[in-house]
Amino acid sequence: MNPAATALIAEDEPLLAEALRADLARQWPELQVLAMAGDGQQAVELALAKQPTLCFLDIRMPGLSGLEAARALAEDWPDGPHFPLLVFVTAYDQYALQAFDAQAVDYLLKPVDSARLAACIARLQRTLATRQGAAQELQASVEQLRALLGAPATATSVPRLEMIQAQVGATVHLVPVSEVIYFEAADKYLRVVTAEREHLIRMSLRELLPQLDPNVFWQVHRGTVVQARCIASARRDESGKAFLSLKGRAETLTVSRLYAHLFKGM
Amino acid sequence: MSSLHPPLPGALAAAGRNTWRRASAQLVRGGAMVLVLNLAIATLLTVGGLGRFVSNLVVSMCIGLVCWLIIDGGRHVVAVLRDRWRVARGLPPGHPFGFPGWHWLLALCALGLVLGPILGNLMAAQLTGDHIPGMWPFSGSGTGMTWLLTLLASAIAVLTLSLRERLSHARADAEAARRAAAENQLKLLQSQLEPHMLFNTLANLRVLIGMDPPRAQAMLDRLIAFLRATLSASRSALHPLGTEFERIGDYLALMGIRMGSRLQTQLSLPAELQAVGVPPLLLQPLVENCIKHGLEPKVAGGRIEVNARRDGDMLELSVLDSGVGLGANAQPGDSRFGLQQVRERLHTLYGSHATLVLEDVAGGGTVARIRLPLDA
Repeated sequence: MNPAATALIAEDEPLLAEALRADLARQWPELQVLAMAGDGQQAVELALAKQPTLCFLDIRMPGLSGLEAARALAEDWPDGPHFPLLVFVTAYDQYALQAFDAQAVDYLLKPVDSARLAACIARLQRTLATRQGAAQELQASVEQLRALLGAPATATSVPRLEMIQAQVGATVHLVPVSEVIYFEAADKYLRVVTAEREHLIRMSLRELLPQLDPNVFWQVHRGTVVQARCIASARRDESGKAFLSLKGRAETLTVSRLYAHLFKGM
Repeated sequence: MSSLHPPLPGALAAAGRNTWRRASAQLVRGGAMVLVLNLAIATLLTVGGLGRFVSNLVVSMCIGLVCWLIIDGGRHVVAVLRDRWRVARGLPPGHPFGFPGWHWLLALCALGLVLGPILGNLMAAQLTGDHIPGMWPFSGSGTGMTWLLTLLASAIAVLTLSLRERLSHARADAEAARRAAAENQLKLLQSQLEPHMLFNTLANLRVLIGMDPPRAQAMLDRLIAFLRATLSASRSALHPLGTEFERIGDYLALMGIRMGSRLQTQLSLPAELQAVGVPPLLLQPLVENCIKHGLEPKVAGGRIEVNARRDGDMLELSVLDSGVGLGANAQPGDSRFGLQQVRERLHTLYGSHATLVLEDVAGGGTVARIRLPLDA
């Protein structure tokens, strides 16, 4: 078996985080818990910095959800080290659980009972004992996450957005969605980029996405959505990422591992 | 009471089937009524020595059918035309098979009374081949008799059938209202017993049992009190504001163990308002919204304040959070259900005297303010 396994626990409820740590210490004494995160963003930063073998991710957390944190981690994970094995933790998420079962993703249900945790640990240990190449494992995780993120839990029909209203001071600029080349998340704002200029709107990509036609606007990164007809070319590199040249803009956009499959020769 | 949601395609199809069933039921009832009345008229005339039964029956059936066609058919034509008129002006259509109003009904009856005997007699003459002088085969006085009998029969038919229909409408409306109320009750219960909240609370209790049994016991007591209030919360009965604050306190204490230092709370209820009656768990959806939409998305957490105060003869209840505010979660979702449900309960109990407003707080956060009359 590999050198001592390490773990990160991401759970916003302090008692539950502490309890999971204590249960793991009892049932898997060799496991070293490297870090505890109280929200999704912190979980991504700590996991990238400490590179643990395992990540226990609560699904509902402030900031980023567990799934979003996993996506960010898969997008930013460096080439070389093994991608962590992911275990999602949830109190109740019917739809997510069905997807986890379908993708054979590990998960724990809260309250976590000892027998279920023991079974989960045994499975993780088996996986660790038969580790494959890091690149191969990362690819497998990326495919799992792509499937999980591709099936949104809520299928509410939201009307399509036609016009962006971007406020600058006392003026509201009207930008037809069809003229937008790409949207890019910037902290609490969204950059709305057209051929001529760009605007900032107070909206998250998570709120915007359901209002866009997915055939017209393609998500290419957790923070970027681009209008497909404005893409001139895509260049892939060895790490699985790709770079887009645009019609009407000089800058290039990065396509993350999770979305690189969108760009393949016919 | 009408549903707030647009009908689903399935519901429309069901309504269509229903419409057909009701249309055929009406046709059968109307036909039976015409048949029975005309049998009675023909029998009366025959017994009274005025002509043969068969020709009396043919004549009265012809008159009856013409009257039925004019009055009942005319009523539907009026209803359809009026619906078109309403829809063209953006108004909701009336009931299918609606009552057209007494003035329309009277006008149609008058038309039936004039045309019924004339056309009916002509029809009967064609059918039997009898020569019918004027209006009626036997005597000059028969004309007046025909009008009278037609008037009586029409009045009986119209009154019986329209009363019956109005009754069945009232029953259908009451049934729809009952169903809507039951549905709302279920939604309320589901929102209060949100499985995510319940299982996370139980997970925390499970940990506390091992770590701090007395605290676990206290928390369990609070969970029990909250669950009991949730399950017995009726939509109409009132409970004292003091009890309401205790239950909100239970809920916040449970959320408090879950969120730890991310949640601070403050409840303030002046002693003189303790006994005021309020609908049970009225504030719970508002507090839940504060947590779910205000504080949960905020990494640092924040505080929730629940206050009651007297303002003249009004009671003002406010639920305030220092969370992310309204702008950040403008997407429609279950948050709306919570507010809608509070509004509906207020409306049912206090009509337009109670209000609920939701607004941003300067410096971040949201406040929900309920005002309701104290003397209610």
